[in-house]
Amino acid sequence: MADKILMKGNEAIAAAAIKAGCMHYFGYPITPQTEIAAYMAKVMPKIGGTFLQAESEIAAINMVYGVASAGKRVMTSSSSPGVSLKGEGLSYLAGSDLPALIVNVQRGGPGLGGIQPSQSDYFQSTRGGGHGDYHMIVLAPASVQEMAELTVKGFELADTYRMTAMILADGTMGQMMEPVSIEDLEVKPAPEKPWATTGTKMAREHNIVNSLSLVPEELEELNFKRYDRYKVIEENETMYEEYMVDDADIVIAAFGIAARVSKNAVDEARKLGIKVGLIRPITLWPFPKAPFKKAAEHAKAFLSVELNMGQMIEDVQLAIESKCPVTLCNRAGGMIPDPAQVLNAIKEINGGIA
Amino acid sequence: MNYKRLTILCGHYGSGKTNIAVNMALDLAAQRDNVAVADLDIVNPYFRSKDSEAEFKEHGIRLICSDFASSNVDLPSMPADLYSITDDKSLSVILDIGGDDRGAYALGRLRDAIRDEDDYEMLMVVNKFRPLTPDAPSTIEVMREIEWACGIPFTGIINNSNLASETSADDVLGSEAYAGEVSRLSGLPLVLTTVEDRLYDELKDKISPLFRLKLQAKPV
Repeated sequence: MADKILMKGNEAIAAAAIKAGCMHYFGYPITPQTEIAAYMAKVMPKIGGTFLQAESEIAAINMVYGVASAGKRVMTSSSSPGVSLKGEGLSYLAGSDLPALIVNVQRGGPGLGGIQPSQSDYFQSTRGGGHGDYHMIVLAPASVQEMAELTVKGFELADTYRMTAMILADGTMGQMMEPVSIEDLEVKPAPEKPWATTGTKMAREHNIVNSLSLVPEELEELNFKRYDRYKVIEENETMYEEYMVDDADIVIAAFGIAARVSKNAVDEARKLGIKVGLIRPITLWPFPKAPFKKAAEHAKAFLSVELNMGQMIEDVQLAIESKCPVTLCNRAGGMIPDPAQVLNAIKEINGGIA
Repeated sequence: MNYKRLTILCGHYGSGKTNIAVNMALDLAAQRDNVAVADLDIVNPYFRSKDSEAEFKEHGIRLICSDFASSNVDLPSMPADLYSITDDKSLSVILDIGGDDRGAYALGRLRDAIRDEDDYEMLMVVNKFRPLTPDAPSTIEVMREIEWACGIPFTGIINNSNLASETSADDVLGSEAYAGEVSRLSGLPLVLTTVEDRLYDELKDKISPLFRLKLQAKPV
């Protein structure tokens, strides 16, 4: 195994992107993700890549559109308010079936909000973010190593399905430092992109990348086809981690930093003899419905632990087809629940079902 | 350690400056009165000396710090009482400077006073396990950028090579050659090697001088 290095989550994303063959990065600084841009600014010029601090988030996402059209791996990163600005570009990327990786290291909102960690862009990212019918593949890391691994995975999924993938991290994930191995990351070669606008060399018809459709019937057909593709992704690409779910009476749903906090609470509750488990969705879209549905066969209650006012909880309710109650345990506005708060919520539910 | 009136900690961001600053302040406060920590980070709103404010208070250590540190006001701001550092000669100050050259610009404001008084150490905190300073030449490059930004030459090196909770005694021992090379290339002494509490006993007879760090971990 290659030597480990000590990295911030943000740096791990940048280093992993380069390892995945991303040679083009466009961004605009915003806390708590600025280290991604800072790393790219230092490294890209040394390896012949592009680092460009755009005049705005909107400009950056449209530069991403350009490079993606040319068939190259490309990334932009921002934090919540900046991702809202990118919304139009995200929709255009979807409408043009372009692969790209978008990173959102979330901060408290709404509005300019604050700079402390949050998960309140769950709706925004899993439901699209921009206008129109579309999805992005949304990946939620829970460690610095996973920030790196899911960055590589994000590029691969984006290329495979010709769509945008998003890393949805929170400020904690971006700022925390952990030992990580970048050298050991496995990267599959990027697929051929015969649709890319790389010049006809007078040997083929023009490739056209465009999100404007003049004929409504054709636009409808495009939407249907896109959703057929989404179905394949829902069937094949969900990722999740289960922890002590098999015999659990209470199942926690949590992703990112909330899952780490919840895992501690599960351990504490088990010591008290309460049968608790944890399902950690790694893909937020597609949402891993199957393990929830399966757990609902024996669980008596679910608990959604989130750094927002309750967003993923709706997907949990849908996944278990409202078979049993789902309670919310949350902090908002940049605050993080601690294991004691989650344990209290578990005890309260346990009192109700015992 | 024999402290000068001003001990300035600079380095690559994430190299461990703030942890060392907090521990040095506590160490210094055990030896002297009138100790202050100056948090001059204008780059990073998180992981600040200010996070240890309660502990400083307990030990009678003054905190010179922007009112906006560790708040939602994400502004590159300086402390209102910045000039106490250079004007009040009765103070002994540990200066915690922001990472890289960008962080060191803030220190440049005090350059003339610090150089004229000439009672300072400026220490480069290095960690060979950080991605952009894996070897001596890349570390020297960051050193030169910092000196250029603040206009004050370094006087020594602190080896803080670590992999956080996964650091082994061998990692620290193995990093001494790297720190020695940084020292040789820069012509500056390796002043200290720092290790966290749990490794101190294992290494105290093998590395000298060795400085014990009580980590100021942020709860997550």
